[in-house]
Amino acid sequence: MIDFFIPLEDWINIGFEKVSYYLSPFLRAASEFLGVIIDGFEDLLLWPPEIVIMILVALLVWILASYRLAIFAFVGLLITFGLDIWEPTMSTVALALSGTAVSLLVGVPLGIFASQSNVVERILRPILDFMQTLPSFVYLIPAVMFFGMGKVSALVAIMIFAMPPAVRLTTLGIREVSGEMVEAARAFGSGRWQTLKDVQLPLAIPTIMAGVNQCIMMALAMTVIASMIGGGGLGNVVLRSMQTLNIGMGAVGGLGIVILAILLDRLTETLSKKVKKD
Amino acid sequence: MSIIKVENLYKVFGKDPKRAIEMVNKGYKKDEIMAKTGTTIGINNVSFEVEPGESFVVMGLSGSGKSTLIRCLNRLIEPTLGSISINDKDITKMDKKELSELRKKSVSMVFQNFAIFPHYTVLENASYGLKVMGVVKEEREQKALESLEAVGLKGWENYYPSKLSGGMQQRVGLARALATDPDILLMDEAFSALDPLIRKDMQSELLELQDKLQKTIIFITHDLDEALRLGDRIALMKDGEIVQIGTPEEIMMSPATEYVEKFVADVDRSRVLTAEMIMKKTATVIHYPKDGPRVALHRMKENDISSIFTVDKQNRLIGIVMAEDALTAIENNETSLDSIIQKDIPTALPDTPLKEMFALMTGKNLPLAVVDENSKFKGIVVRGTVMAKLAEGGIAND
Repeated sequence: MIDFFIPLEDWINIGFEKVSYYLSPFLRAASEFLGVIIDGFEDLLLWPPEIVIMILVALLVWILASYRLAIFAFVGLLITFGLDIWEPTMSTVALALSGTAVSLLVGVPLGIFASQSNVVERILRPILDFMQTLPSFVYLIPAVMFFGMGKVSALVAIMIFAMPPAVRLTTLGIREVSGEMVEAARAFGSGRWQTLKDVQLPLAIPTIMAGVNQCIMMALAMTVIASMIGGGGLGNVVLRSMQTLNIGMGAVGGLGIVILAILLDRLTETLSKKVKKD
Repeated sequence: MSIIKVENLYKVFGKDPKRAIEMVNKGYKKDEIMAKTGTTIGINNVSFEVEPGESFVVMGLSGSGKSTLIRCLNRLIEPTLGSISINDKDITKMDKKELSELRKKSVSMVFQNFAIFPHYTVLENASYGLKVMGVVKEEREQKALESLEAVGLKGWENYYPSKLSGGMQQRVGLARALATDPDILLMDEAFSALDPLIRKDMQSELLELQDKLQKTIIFITHDLDEALRLGDRIALMKDGEIVQIGTPEEIMMSPATEYVEKFVADVDRSRVLTAEMIMKKTATVIHYPKDGPRVALHRMKENDISSIFTVDKQNRLIGIVMAEDALTAIENNETSLDSIIQKDIPTALPDTPLKEMFALMTGKNLPLAVVDENSKFKGIVVRGTVMAKLAEGGIAND
C-alpha cells in the first residue's frame, strides 16, 4: 500500500475563505448591483395587471416572430395564471432572462476575444470545459459563500452554467468565417477591428444566435436547481413539491417551466432564422 | 521603369526559417528540407520586375507557390526574406499604417472564390474599399456605380450577391477592386471557379477593360490557355521557384526546361495557333482589273501553283482564279478575268484559330486567304500547313 493523500478539500476551503475575505467589499457591491437588476425586472413584470403582461408579451412575440407563436404565448401565460403560478412564473422569467443577459454580456466579448487570439482560446477552453461539466450542484456552494443565499447567488450560478455556450459559439462563429472573406477585407486596408466589425461579426451572427438560444435554455434549466439556494420562482414550486411528495404540485411547476422553455426556444430560433435570411 | 520589383524573395512556412533558407542555398530539395526541419518552402529565391500597364501572369500547378507569391505582394502573407518594391518603395519594410495606405490606394485584389460580402448589397460591396478609405457615402457610391457600370452590372446595385450568378459575383469582385482606382490589380485565380464559357467571356472583358484602364495586372492561374490569352509576359512557377519568364510566344516556342515543355505540350495547339502565325506572307497574287488570264496562268506556272488570289489596287481580296478556268478563257480569247474569278471563297482573319481554319477548308480544294477586318489581303494558308500543325499538336498531346 502506498501512503498518498491530496488535501484538496482543505486547500480549497482555506483558499475560498481567504478570497471571500479579501473580495468582500467588491462582492457586496456586485451583489447589490445584481440584486437591483433582478428585483427591478421582477417587480416590473408583477406590477401591472396580469392581462396587460399577457397582451404585451403576445404583441412582442408577434412582432419578433409570428402570430402563431404569439397565440401560444398568450395561451401559455393564461394557463400559468389559471394554475395559480403567475407570480413564480414571472419570477423565473426575470431570473432566467437576467441570467442570460449577464451571461451574454460577459460571454460574447470573451468569445470575440478568444476568436482573435489562440492563446486566449487555449486558456479559456479548459475553464469552459470545467464550468460545463462540473455537476451543477457543486457551484451552488461557492455562489452561496460569496453572495449568501438568495437571488443574486442564483444569478451567479446561472451565469456560470449558461455562459460557456455563448463564449464557444461566438468564437466558433467568428472563426468559421471563410479565410478569403477576411483576406478580402484586409486586402482593402481594413484593420483588425474593422474586419471584425464589417465582416466577421455580421457573418457570425447566425452561430452567435444559436449560442444565445443555448444560453437561455441552460439558464432556464438552472433556475430549478438554483431554487435550492433561494432562487425562488417555479423552481421553488418544484422543490417544495419534492419535499412534501406532492406530485400534483410538481406537475404544475414543471408545466410552467415547459411552457416558458418552449416559448423562449421557438422565439430565439425564429429570430436567428430571420437574421440568417437578411 | 518598373512598378513592381521583386528581388530574391523567400517565404518559409514553419519554425526556424533561417535554417531552411540555408539548406535551400546549399541545394537541398523542398522535400528534403520538409523532412529535416518540418518547414515548407513556399517561395524560393524569386526575382522579377513588372512594367506599368503590363499584364503579368504567374502560372503553375497547385502547390507551386503562386498564391503565396501574390499574397506577398500586398503582405497578406509576410515574406521571410528579400525585397518587394512597389512604386520604388520597399513594402517589406512598411509599418502597419503605410501598409494599410498601400492596400487602400495602390494595390487591390480579386479572389478565386469571389470573397464578396453576402451581407452587403452589390453597391456596398463595390464601395467597400472606399469605405475603408473613409470616403463619404455619396462620393463612394458614385465611384462604385461607375466601376459597376464598367464591369456591366448597371442596374444590379441593390441586389444581394446571393441573387447573382458566379460570373456576376466575380464582376462585383472586379468592380470592388477597380473602385479605388489602384495602380495594381492582383488577381488570384480570379476566373478559375467559373465555368469555361463564362470564363472566356470574363477573359475577353478583362482584356477590353485593360485596353481602357491600363492597370498593372498580376494574374495567377493554373491554366496555360488563360495565361497565353491574358499575359503580356508569363512566369512559370514550380516548387516555389520561377522556372521561366517570357512572352507567350517565347514560352511556347522555346520552353526553358523540361517542366515548361511538358506544360506547353498540354496546350491544344489547334486553339493557340492562329492564321497569322502559320500563314505564308509572300504569296503571289494578280491584280484586278490590270491583269488578264494570260498573266494569271503565267504566274501560276512560275510558282508551281494551280490557283491564284486576285486583289485590287488597295490590296483588297477579290477572289481566286483557277488554272483550268484561266486556260479556258485564253482558248476563248477573253482578255479580262471577270468571267472566271470565283468570288465566294472562305477567308480567315489573322486571329482565327487553327481549329476553325480546318473547318473552313474541309471539302474545298483551295488554299485559305487571310484578310484583315478591311478585307486587305494578308497571306495564305495552304492545306498542308494546317494538317502538319494539327498533327504536331496531336503528337504532342499523346
